[in-house]
Amino acid sequence: MMERYELRLSGSGGQGLILAGKILAEAVAIYEGRNAVQTQSYGPEARGGASKAEVVISDGDIDYPKAMSLDVLLSLTQESCAKYSGDLKPGGILIVDSEMVTDPPRGEYRLYAAPITEIATTRVGKVVVTNIVALGFLARITEIVSVGAMKKAILARVPKGTEEVNMKAFDEGWNAAEELLRA
Amino acid sequence: MMQGNQACAEGAVAAGCRFFAGYPITPSSEIAEYLSIMLPRIGGRFIQMEDEIAAMGATIGASLTGVKAMTATSGPGFSLKQENIGYASMAEVPCVVVNVMRGGPSTGTPTLPAQMDVQQARWGSHGDRGVIALTAKSAQETFQQTIRAFNLAERYMTPVILLLDEITGHTTEKVVIPERSTLEIVDRAAPDEPPGEYLPYRLTDDCIPRLAPFGTGYRYNVTGLVHNETGFPTNDSRDIACLIERLTKKIEMHEDDIVQWNEVMLDDAEVGIFAYGSVARSANAAVRLCREAGLRAGLLEPTVLWPFPTKAVLEMARRVKVIVVPELNLGQMAREVSLAAQCSVPVRRLGRVDGNPITPQQIVDLVGEVL
Amino acid sequence: MFDYLKYVREENFPHIWCSGCGDGIVLKALLRAVDKLGIDRDEAVMVSGIGCSSRTPGYVDVNTLHTTHGRALAFATGVKSAKPHLTVIVVTGDGDATAIGGNHFIHAARRNIDLTVLLYNNYIYGMTGGQCSPTTPRGARASTAPFGNLEPPFNISGLAIAAGASFVARGDVYNAKKLETLILKALQKKGFSLVEVVTPCPTAYGRRNRMANPVKMMEHLRDTAVSMEKWESMSGEERAGKFRTGVLCDVERPEYTEEYARLVEEVRTDR
Repeated sequence: MMERYELRLSGSGGQGLILAGKILAEAVAIYEGRNAVQTQSYGPEARGGASKAEVVISDGDIDYPKAMSLDVLLSLTQESCAKYSGDLKPGGILIVDSEMVTDPPRGEYRLYAAPITEIATTRVGKVVVTNIVALGFLARITEIVSVGAMKKAILARVPKGTEEVNMKAFDEGWNAAEELLRA
Repeated sequence: MMQGNQACAEGAVAAGCRFFAGYPITPSSEIAEYLSIMLPRIGGRFIQMEDEIAAMGATIGASLTGVKAMTATSGPGFSLKQENIGYASMAEVPCVVVNVMRGGPSTGTPTLPAQMDVQQARWGSHGDRGVIALTAKSAQETFQQTIRAFNLAERYMTPVILLLDEITGHTTEKVVIPERSTLEIVDRAAPDEPPGEYLPYRLTDDCIPRLAPFGTGYRYNVTGLVHNETGFPTNDSRDIACLIERLTKKIEMHEDDIVQWNEVMLDDAEVGIFAYGSVARSANAAVRLCREAGLRAGLLEPTVLWPFPTKAVLEMARRVKVIVVPELNLGQMAREVSLAAQCSVPVRRLGRVDGNPITPQQIVDLVGEVL
Repeated sequence: MFDYLKYVREENFPHIWCSGCGDGIVLKALLRAVDKLGIDRDEAVMVSGIGCSSRTPGYVDVNTLHTTHGRALAFATGVKSAKPHLTVIVVTGDGDATAIGGNHFIHAARRNIDLTVLLYNNYIYGMTGGQCSPTTPRGARASTAPFGNLEPPFNISGLAIAAGASFVARGDVYNAKKLETLILKALQKKGFSLVEVVTPCPTAYGRRNRMANPVKMMEHLRDTAVSMEKWESMSGEERAGKFRTGVLCDVERPEYTEEYARLVEEVRTDR
């Protein structure tokens, strides 16, 4: 029984991290039948700034909906990484975009870096799916949710006609993590 | 899975809401956005008005035709709506006003949570009147409380305020939407008499008028001026006192039906926590953490803020050694709790106004400190 | 002889208007127009704001809604949107509609929602005792412009036309028969229809502006109200100090509640 598992997805406004948080929460809550709560925090900017989405996962009821001590932090920008990494618990997982976060904070956590935005741009061919690449990468690293549930949740949320590119994005993220873990 | 704001829109439609007038304002706009999709699909009407005042006015106008109507806003818009909220109280027009609270004064912190409008909900409009204000701590509760807001509005012929906050509005979580047939839905009572004998504001034992929808053959006058049973303005001292006293009595005499709260481990508690809205979630976690640490904390969690749950607070005050009131303002409800507790126990407030939620640990720390 | 009693709430008389006030003349013109159109009293809603003109609905035996200052059009928009089959008539004044309610006025016109608006323009706040309004002429005196008004006035009809109203007319209470015709046309028009009615306030305006005598004010109206046809033949010099009456704008534009009904038919899923 998992009491409480906390993730924070951070980056800048417009990267689709709030949607990514919703997808992750729905994968867990709807397609795996466990409990998940997603919250967000954002500034006045629709694009840019530091933005974050949090997902708390539990097999029991979730009272406090915000993250207190992070099991996982994903950061797609240096700014968001610097701003939010302080809440990561010792031994937690820090996932960063290796091109964007050039100076990851030092600490007692496990660092996983990959060129997430770059993968979206070159391997998938669309920068707008950066959030889905990130989800694929995160799903493989954390193993917090099944591939099947994630894919169902993605397909339920993305616009019609973009299913294929989003599936590719998820797979590319997953494969990048797989390569990293094998190396 | 849905956020609280969507659960509010779903609850409204389930309650029978078929009219929404609004004006864009963070962090409530999603309620308007969802209803702009949902209402035309079921033959309802959505309209984005030119300002907050107009949105409140249009909501009242629609309700007078017999249609269940709602508007939604946040702090600055709530301030602007106050005059017409008072009108709805005075003319006894049922409607629901949702306020997804942010921090203030003025424009304040549009994207951050706060609970700074709880007293404005009670006293924001000029003049004496009874007020019903509900709150909710989760998306599921928001769904249910939105339905209850409509039910209370229709039953008591009054505007009902639903106070959410940014956390509740924007937290996405599971919501179970029950079968329509299992929901209790209240519709306003029809007049008992034919048009010829009709008095819209006839004095009744329950103090609740039976307003006929416009267009149904009952031609009467609605005004924000003090009026008598006929609905026409009056300056007669007895009529004035009768109406103004009734507007307060109407809510007070039905308090037992309106006021609701939850209790968590209060039976043997030494510290009673009073928390509402999203802070109640932190408080639930805090009670759990306190008990794990051997601290006897319990929680009184009102789901109706106005009328204030005076009896529940007094009862808690008799049992505990100290009351703790965490809230996202500087003591707006703590003062109310002190009054209700009648100085029988100390009341410690924990106010947070930096745009961040109160964490369970903050409450646990305070409980440890006061014990 | 027209039977006004058929439409009024006799028990509410005598009315609150001063002797010499033009508001009663507008009321009578409205009732004659309503009668000619055979409007069902149960299906008619009169909505008003605050001020002398806004007391009109209280005397009329239809569904009546006396709202807050400036907000009649907002309430009326709710009534009409919720139940488009109702005939909604808004009664307001120069201060109510173009000062505190100015925003609702331009947006109701822009939206082109099917409301008929009678705007009594008496150049002053009468009920509160003669303060300056957005239509008080430059130089005229008011209780808050004791040395003469410095501000230029609104051209209300022009404002409504610019904002998108589909029907705009200006009338006056001296030419009461013509006023009735204009109100009749406004009621028949589908869309936002405005009749700006120039009407005297001897008590609050006339007294401060050398026209305390109601007869003098009516004579002044007679001398300054000019029909559209005559206006066209007048030179700029001759037009000074006078105003046009008649239909100033009558165009076809999509009406809001009809457009919404069409949308509902398109997207409905509950059947």
